[in-house]
Amino acid sequence: MQNATVKAATYNDTVVRQFSIMAVVWGVVGTLMGVIIASQLVWPELNLGLPFTSFGRLRPLHTNAVIFAFGGCALFATSYYVVQRTCQTRLFSDKLSAFTFWGWQAVIVAAAISLPLGYTQGKEYGELEWPIDILIALVWIAYAINFFGTIGIRKVKHIYVANWFYGAFILAVALLHIVESAAIPAGWMKSYSAYAGVQDAMVQWWYGHNAVGFFLTAGFLGMMYYFVPKQAERPVYSYSLSIVHFWALIFTYMWAGPHHLHYTALPDWTQSLGMVLSLILFAPSWGGMINGIMTLSGAWHKLRTDPILRFLIVSLSFYGMSTFEGPMMAIKTVNALSHYTDWTVGHVHSGALGWVGFVSIGSLYFLIPRLFGQKQMYSVKAIEVHFWMATIGVVLYIAALWISGVMEGLMWRAMNADGTLAYTFVESVKAKFPYYFTRALGGFLYMTGLIIMLWNTIKTATSGKPVTVDVPAVVAHA
Amino acid sequence: MEVNTLRILFTVISFVAFVAIAIWAWRNRNSSQFKDAQNLPFDQD
Repeated sequence: MQNATVKAATYNDTVVRQFSIMAVVWGVVGTLMGVIIASQLVWPELNLGLPFTSFGRLRPLHTNAVIFAFGGCALFATSYYVVQRTCQTRLFSDKLSAFTFWGWQAVIVAAAISLPLGYTQGKEYGELEWPIDILIALVWIAYAINFFGTIGIRKVKHIYVANWFYGAFILAVALLHIVESAAIPAGWMKSYSAYAGVQDAMVQWWYGHNAVGFFLTAGFLGMMYYFVPKQAERPVYSYSLSIVHFWALIFTYMWAGPHHLHYTALPDWTQSLGMVLSLILFAPSWGGMINGIMTLSGAWHKLRTDPILRFLIVSLSFYGMSTFEGPMMAIKTVNALSHYTDWTVGHVHSGALGWVGFVSIGSLYFLIPRLFGQKQMYSVKAIEVHFWMATIGVVLYIAALWISGVMEGLMWRAMNADGTLAYTFVESVKAKFPYYFTRALGGFLYMTGLIIMLWNTIKTATSGKPVTVDVPAVVAHA
Repeated sequence: MEVNTLRILFTVISFVAFVAIAIWAWRNRNSSQFKDAQNLPFDQD
């Protein structure tokens, strides 16, 4: 009887440890894939003339690895940690926790095998074939039961704002994944979309943009609302603003998808609606960013000495920058220049490397020592080096693609006096060579930073040991 | 009821709900409930 009480009164940090370590591992693998394909764009012979290593097959492997393997593991790890700490209770089910970990790793391995072999549904960020889609759905349902089950058995009255964001991320991704993946199987690794024509395109970008909104934003905002206050050692700037921030995102994000289909067969009113809702999104995005950054108000000096806090705060600067750039690019006239150019790719990476990457890295640096009974990472100096390598890497990357994107957009639309095109397509490709090289260099720096992080993680884990943390005995009144 | 009427109603209700949430959140900005919630991450470890 007594033993049972003791056992129930600890947090389940095993699953948090597993996901945290794998987030770092997949971060290295995913960015390595990115560096390979970025190098292929500079030196095409690097595809080795093999189908398995061609750009078209490795590119979805890169995007799946960084979004779902690195980002996914970081989200699982932090959401499981945060929901236990702020609900002051152990995870709802140890079995479901283990299932989500091993199931998610199985999905990643299946992707790493099937994508180079050429099995794909051909939908951006939703390439994986239907048997893998079913496994994803099962893991996700288990995740939802485990997360909301934990909230159901919480020991405090209030549900902390970070859990609202994590909860929205889990529910929205379940909905998006199931609708996007609807397909008619035509064999074990072959299927046809359930939608056709422009409806298929709209479903794709409803999914695609909300994957950005809920997988790559809401979940990571959950991270921000817990780890920024923790690392800064002061509560979030405004709790009222966090509530308005949450509901503003929820009410507006779902409509932004059509901005991916400007000037296509999509009805014009749908394009304009997508543009307007994308512009509105600027307000909640910046509200959230200000809430995160202002949390540091009165403690700015900490940025001088704390590289983890610097990762977290710089992530918010990149969030602000890319959520200003995004609505601007959704304006139809701007989009006429930017669409199909490298500017889009640069924009995505300022969000992905700068915001999502930095906030995850900062949160993991907070988490990993605590999971292994240490006060801090094995080497704080190495975090410092990582910070500068990653920052210089992102800046090189996005600056190169801004130039290259605007340049090729202008080259494509340039006309001679007689109305003929001033440049052939291949001339615009040739002009991009120096920028592609700089981009590959930026990506290489970012990846090397993650390799240093992996070394630091291994050293921290091996010099400490996994600890079991007790749930606090006194229930808070909150 | 015509489907478009339902769509209009849904949009209007959503908007009114959002404004109500914003007013409620702002009016409670100094409440002890919000202060407690704000400090939740610091209640343990």
